[in-house]
Amino acid sequence: MEATIATPDVNKGAWTGGGKEPLGASYGKMMMWFFIVSDALTFSGFLVSYGLMRFKFFDSWPIADEVFTHVPFVHGHYPMYYVAFMTFILIFSSVTMVLAVDAGHQMKKNKVSLYMLLTIIGGLIFLGSQAWEWKQFIGGTYGALQLQDGKIVQFVNADGHQVALKDFVVKSNSERVPHTRSNGLWFVKDAGAVPEFTVSDVVKSFKANPEINLRTEQIDLATKKKVILSRAEANKFLAKATGVVKGANLKVNEYGKTLFADFFFFITGFHGFHVFSGIMINIIIFFNVIIGTYERRGHYEMIEKVGLYWHFVDLVWVFVFTFFYLV
Amino acid sequence: MTHAESHTGLIWKVFGILSLITIVEVFLGIHKPDSLYLTHFLGTSLLNIIFLVLTLVKAYGIAWYFMHLKQEKAGLRRAIVWTAVFLICYLATLILIEGNYLGDILSSYTKWNY
Repeated sequence: MEATIATPDVNKGAWTGGGKEPLGASYGKMMMWFFIVSDALTFSGFLVSYGLMRFKFFDSWPIADEVFTHVPFVHGHYPMYYVAFMTFILIFSSVTMVLAVDAGHQMKKNKVSLYMLLTIIGGLIFLGSQAWEWKQFIGGTYGALQLQDGKIVQFVNADGHQVALKDFVVKSNSERVPHTRSNGLWFVKDAGAVPEFTVSDVVKSFKANPEINLRTEQIDLATKKKVILSRAEANKFLAKATGVVKGANLKVNEYGKTLFADFFFFITGFHGFHVFSGIMINIIIFFNVIIGTYERRGHYEMIEKVGLYWHFVDLVWVFVFTFFYLV
Repeated sequence: MTHAESHTGLIWKVFGILSLITIVEVFLGIHKPDSLYLTHFLGTSLLNIIFLVLTLVKAYGIAWYFMHLKQEKAGLRRAIVWTAVFLICYLATLILIEGNYLGDILSSYTKWNY
């Protein structure tokens, strides 16, 4: 609607009362701030509930450095580098956004459209990186065993570094078939794919490899490292093992607490959804700039409003980054 | 829009500061120096307090300079910042105290031997 009407005066907005703007903000800007404050509270609710669970399981929460260690095209253990890159991309796209707003104040249409385009590209790179990070997390790194009571135990070498199951487990040639509802427990809907190794394969290989140790989820509060068990204790733990876990999903998580995976998917997913909507809005506004809508309207305030949303998404990421990866 | 002058210099400066803070955070996050990591301060480690402060500085930079809160009227700025800061601190304080309590109770009932 508005796109077809050229309104040279900002004050002739939806505010009534003789064009006076409360607090010097136009209607649209004020409403964007209303939205941002309420959305900020939504995100705080999520992050605080994450905090609740972290405090609740303060002695067994996964250590983020050991979870997010992948960098595309490179093999090895590189904690934080990739997520730092993602943070950097998002901050940079915030800069191009604010440059677009700045160019809009000076009515420079070409500059505005260039900066909007760069912002959109930055957003897309971020979203792609997040998808990649999810893929790594879902696929998993090492694999682990789950015990009867849901605890996760991982395998480490003599140096205390984690060892992947596929590096030491010898497969036995037992025949295994995926569970279906028609020939087993009818109330189990979907047991998923059959894991690569059986529990007994893993236990047998562990017993055959004296240099490999078992690590629990428990954190030694003095050193802030996960507790590594003696061989005798490890055998008692392994007697309780019920399943082989590779990767993470909403039900199970090879890195430790399933709640960690749940919150990770939910909060970064919700943030990613915000980025996605931001990109969509940016694309619409980008085309509006190109066809000269704001040139005719006489001001580029729309860029400013969209910019507020985009910066907010960046602001949220700053906190997600801190609470998921740093603290 | 009355202020037609360009602020590009300021924008790049803020970007530089935000990037620098991120680099410091990542450096500390990767190395986790024991002298900061294995300390107790205000219910957590000194390192975590540093991360929190740096995060708040970044948030300030984004809100004040990128979201132009600095140029808004003081009334609007306060309505936004004070409301959000008060509610978030309130929520976080209560919920984290509760989490601490849950953790204390639960840890005595969690067994780590079989």
